[in-house]
Amino acid sequence: MKPAPFKYIVARTIEQALALKAEYGDEGRFLAGGQSLVPTLNFRLTQAAVLIDINPLTQCAGMQNSQPGTVRIGALTRYGQLERNSETARDLPLIGEALPHIAHPQIRNRGTIGGNLAHADPASEMPAIVLALAGRLRAQSQSGERWIPAAEFFGGALSTALASDEMLMEVELPVAGPRSGSCFMEVSRRRGDFALIGVACTMQFDANGLCSQARIGLCNAGDRPILAEDAGNSLLGRNIGTAQIDEAAALVQQAIDPGGSIHASKEFQRHLAGVLTRRALTVANERSPREH
Amino acid sequence: MTTRKFGAPIRRNEDARLLVGQALFVDDVELPGLLYAAFLRSNVAHARILSIDVSAARARPGVVAVYTAADLGSYWAPGPLLVPPPPIAGIIFNQRTQVPLAKDKVRHVGEPLAVVLAESRYLAEDALADIAVELDPLPAVVDLEKALTNASATVHDDVHANVAAHLRQSRGNYAAARARAAHVIARRLLYDHGASSPMETRGVVAKWDGRADQLTVWDTTQAPVFFRNGLAAMLGLSERQVRVIAPFVGGGFGPKIMLFYPEEVVIPWVAMKLNRPVKWIEDRLEHFFATTQERGQTHDAEIALAADGRILGVQDVFLHDTGAYNPYGLTVPINSQCTLLGPYDIPNYDSTFTAVFTNKPIVTPYRGAGRQHGVFVIERLLDIAAQELNIDRAEIRRRNLIPPDAFPYNNEIIYQDFAPLSYDSGNYEPILDKALELIGYQKFLAEEQPRLRAQGRHVGIGVACYVEGTGIGPYEGAKVQVQANGKVSVATGIGTQGQGHFTVFAQIVADQLGVAVTDIDVVTGDTDQFYWGAGTFASRGAVVAGNAVNEAAIAVRQKVLKFAADHFECAEEDLEIADGQVSVVGVPGQAIKLGALALKANPMRGAVRPGTEPGLESTQYFGPPSGATASGVHAMIVEVDPQTFTLEVLKYVVVHDCGTVINPLILAGQIHGGVAQGIGNAFYEQLVFDEDGQLLNASLADYLLPTALEVPRMEIAHTVTPSPLNPLGIKGAGEAGAIPVGPLFAQAIEDALELPGKKIELLEIPLSPNRLFELTTK
Amino acid sequence: MTADVTTDSHDIAVTVNGTQYRRTVEARLLLSDFLRHELLLAGTHVGCEHGVCGACTVIFDGVAVRSCLMLAAQTDGHTVMTVEGLASDRDHLHPLQQSMHDCHGLQCGYCTPGILMTMKVFLDETPAPNEAQIREALSGNLCRCTGYQHIVDAMMLAAERLRG
Ligand SMILES: Cc1cc2nc3c(=O)[nH]c(=O)nc-3n(C[C@H](O)[C@H](O)[C@H](O)COP(=O)(O)OP(=O)(O)OC[C@H]3O[C@@H](n4cnc5c(N)ncnc54)[C@H](O)[C@@H]3O)c2cc1C
Ligand code: FES
Ligand code: FES
Repeated sequence: MKPAPFKYIVARTIEQALALKAEYGDEGRFLAGGQSLVPTLNFRLTQAAVLIDINPLTQCAGMQNSQPGTVRIGALTRYGQLERNSETARDLPLIGEALPHIAHPQIRNRGTIGGNLAHADPASEMPAIVLALAGRLRAQSQSGERWIPAAEFFGGALSTALASDEMLMEVELPVAGPRSGSCFMEVSRRRGDFALIGVACTMQFDANGLCSQARIGLCNAGDRPILAEDAGNSLLGRNIGTAQIDEAAALVQQAIDPGGSIHASKEFQRHLAGVLTRRALTVANERSPREH
Repeated sequence: MTTRKFGAPIRRNEDARLLVGQALFVDDVELPGLLYAAFLRSNVAHARILSIDVSAARARPGVVAVYTAADLGSYWAPGPLLVPPPPIAGIIFNQRTQVPLAKDKVRHVGEPLAVVLAESRYLAEDALADIAVELDPLPAVVDLEKALTNASATVHDDVHANVAAHLRQSRGNYAAARARAAHVIARRLLYDHGASSPMETRGVVAKWDGRADQLTVWDTTQAPVFFRNGLAAMLGLSERQVRVIAPFVGGGFGPKIMLFYPEEVVIPWVAMKLNRPVKWIEDRLEHFFATTQERGQTHDAEIALAADGRILGVQDVFLHDTGAYNPYGLTVPINSQCTLLGPYDIPNYDSTFTAVFTNKPIVTPYRGAGRQHGVFVIERLLDIAAQELNIDRAEIRRRNLIPPDAFPYNNEIIYQDFAPLSYDSGNYEPILDKALELIGYQKFLAEEQPRLRAQGRHVGIGVACYVEGTGIGPYEGAKVQVQANGKVSVATGIGTQGQGHFTVFAQIVADQLGVAVTDIDVVTGDTDQFYWGAGTFASRGAVVAGNAVNEAAIAVRQKVLKFAADHFECAEEDLEIADGQVSVVGVPGQAIKLGALALKANPMRGAVRPGTEPGLESTQYFGPPSGATASGVHAMIVEVDPQTFTLEVLKYVVVHDCGTVINPLILAGQIHGGVAQGIGNAFYEQLVFDEDGQLLNASLADYLLPTALEVPRMEIAHTVTPSPLNPLGIKGAGEAGAIPVGPLFAQAIEDALELPGKKIELLEIPLSPNRLFELTTK
Repeated sequence: MTADVTTDSHDIAVTVNGTQYRRTVEARLLLSDFLRHELLLAGTHVGCEHGVCGACTVIFDGVAVRSCLMLAAQTDGHTVMTVEGLASDRDHLHPLQQSMHDCHGLQCGYCTPGILMTMKVFLDETPAPNEAQIREALSGNLCRCTGYQHIVDAMMLAAERLRG
């Protein structure tokens, strides 16, 4: 299992990276952590004419509180960096909770947030989390930059809103606020495997203890990362208890169209989506302090 | 005497090399001018080959040669039948063995069609895309029952209805037993099986030395001597011209005993033809198709019981998937047939199987080698019987155990070694008692389970028994030699893949020759070091080769005593061998080092007595009259999430009797590893083929080997019933860990989810969360 | 064009186990193949070439990574440690290696180098781990022989020895 030939070019600056991407378009692939790209190259499932290595762009790695209430994670930030950073658990507890489920330590040491989101694997944890947090993503090309809301970023079958000359630069996420709670849960065959189903949910409550915001993102529940909007909306303005949670879980089950695999039939995935939504919402609800 | 090494938890001699990264594995062999091979493999399961055009591949820069079956000429021939069918009346056996490169037809995905030789593996893989193959696809034979119908396509055109073999064996009179039974329970049980997946895949490096007229082959084989002999014959060389080295091998578990794999035939031939050394290393993707696997059986089984739960008889009719070819004869289904009987006294038994050709990779033994399937059937039948008769699960087993005074116990059917299936020795009830005690069986059922259930937790317990036929013949040999530097060298013909042979053989010799274990240098798997032998399979390395080593060491000890008695002009009885020297008891200063004695035993000048053999050396062979039967009980407590169907093993206990123990540390390792594979087999690993014979999970991301998080801590205990069939009293232990795990999981999960009360039975392995969901919600 | 324009071949300077190597490598050459077959540091093993088995694990700039999922060309200017860097010779084993020997933590030994590399970094970062943490850290290294128990035992012992 050896990759087919390709040209390898190191980008030393962001400008170089963007120029190369503009030059090669779809023929050129950014090489970030390589933890998704290189296995497919080795299997010869992907053939790339040019690999543009963006690993030297260390300025694109790291967490920043650029504005109050938000965190920006640079595209080249590796999972391992987030894991070792105590701010992750404080500001982005959803990510903190999901990290141990993502692959294995060695892969987390290389894999990047940008590479993960650009790869847009529907079974992956991070896209569902970014959806549940209603984050936004910054894309840049030689002709400029734009912010893309998470809900518009992910297309079907491993595709994204990124144009062929664009690079994903960072993702911006809201930090966990007061009177809010979140929970990530997944079922996988072995720890570190892609989820059979994963659920990322966030909840926010108003001063009266009523739900003012709820979002439920799902991994492996369709051909793209899924945000179950109706299910989240069903909780708004309500006092959350078992009945409301059950209702939301049922809506999640209706909303999704999982693909099924040798590890889990569609029916089982739908069942799991219901089970995990109930469990995750229950925990998120319990985690949400009502007082401030 | 120094303390006995035999039986002690000695650390391994082979570790240091492995730990510093200096052990030689096949892919580590680097030679000047090395060429790299890549095989073009069929991407369909069943097709006629219309044409193969390799011209573009040959023209690619960096490619040195490309060959197809046509290029092999008269060298092309189907491989040998490794294990002929046993001579049993009425047996049907249709021999169809694999070929080096497919000629007219392809019969499974991954069957090789052509080989490319290039200056790097990268280039060789590039050239595979240049080869144009025209195939005329045929319907794939996948399902066992459909394969046997007249309407089915045939894997081998001249084998009607894909019947590879058919065999009935019986004991007593099942029909009569059934007629007087209080209960008869019949079930269909399925056992799908996986791949051995050693962490090192296979590989072959061959080098032809034209000046010396010598071929050297490094191969990941478990059977170097057989490989050498067969290869020499095929290539028209004398055996002395062929040296086969199985260096360090990264796990085998059975499939590496298979020969001749197509690559093992092709690579040496290419090396001779091109007069350049050639390396082929199987990649993980190839491994899923090109290395043999073990797979499906469907059992229709029936058990007849007396009212008190005593087994009156068992009838079993099963189908066995042998894959596209059957070079390994009937070893796997006969193991299933025989091992079903387990540790139980089953007076009437009627078992019939049909082995079926399918368009899937070849089936040969993988750790357990079909024993799992038989154990699954009898253990599940007993669980159901316990339920229906309202007898405790452990109790129904106890009532049926063969009593200790019944050994040797003859089952009256023929085993894989063609000898009657006779258990040499055993004492089963203490094993069961010990396992129940360690798992806390009574307390769990009486107190813990009700308490945990009241808390809403779903916990269950299981207990499963098994026997394991081990250490079969024909024979192994060993040469033990004291060297002038005082160290002892030991050579045997078996290959070793991590079982600790370098150490256990040294322990045996250490006791006889009074030498430190670390001063004993064991060589295995090099045909230039030892000429004869069969191989490492059926948990036989320690038993058969170990006893040969013992015999040779005893012979050397006798020589040492004789030479030393001459030297000191004393009686042999007055001598003591210890700490690397021979000394006269009670006479301080009267001692000679073994090395010095070895020098004396090979004099440069002077006369020796007629008939004297030089050196302190002996070669001895050992062949057991029949296999030794090990036995054991596994028990576990599991917790299942009733909604996600994921599980956690809370406690796992193994009690095992493999006769005299040579090294408890190594034995524990063997059992741990076996259980881990058993767990994979029971709940994680499954080769999933679609109706076209395509494997849907040919990667380690989808074929789920257990990690450190899926394998629980295990508690191990032993009982010791020495085997009377060999002087050391040992029985094999290589497969025991893996055998009973399937039925144990099924039983414990059923208990955890309280399925018997819901009339749901788990009658198949592997299980999975998805399967549990399907079975419990439909 | 502004970027380093490169052809198929790349000149690299990489420090492996303290020694600097200068080599010209093809763009697609995997780091695992480079270490094994170009530098002849064959202690790093290859079991899958798709990132699952962990046999190829090496330490790259201080963290454990899969060498089958990196290109040799990517190591230019970086530091790699392989199993060969752990002990000077067979008679001077690192406490990790010694503990594996003492606890019978290896059988065929094929997975062992990757495990040593993973656990070297883990124990440096987590000097007093419990069994659950060790199993978690080990989960990216498959071993088909041992059932992991003796490896876990070895790591507990190694941690104790390294703490001194
Ligand atoms: C054994 C194994 C298990 C795994 N398990 C999981 C799991 O459980 N969950 C999970 O989510 N993932 C899993 N992964 C995948 C892993 O998380 C990847 O690291 C991650 O998905 C991709 O990140 P990367 O930096 O490695 O991207 P790369 O592989 O380098 O790139 C992926 C794709 O994104 C493109 N790309 C990269 N960076 C950018 C950018 N900045 N802008 C635009 N395009 C870009 C690349 O061109 C490529 O097409 C697993 C991987 C392995 C090998
Ligand atoms: S060879 Fe790299 S992870 Fe398996
Ligand atoms: S010791 Fe063989 S794979 Fe781990």
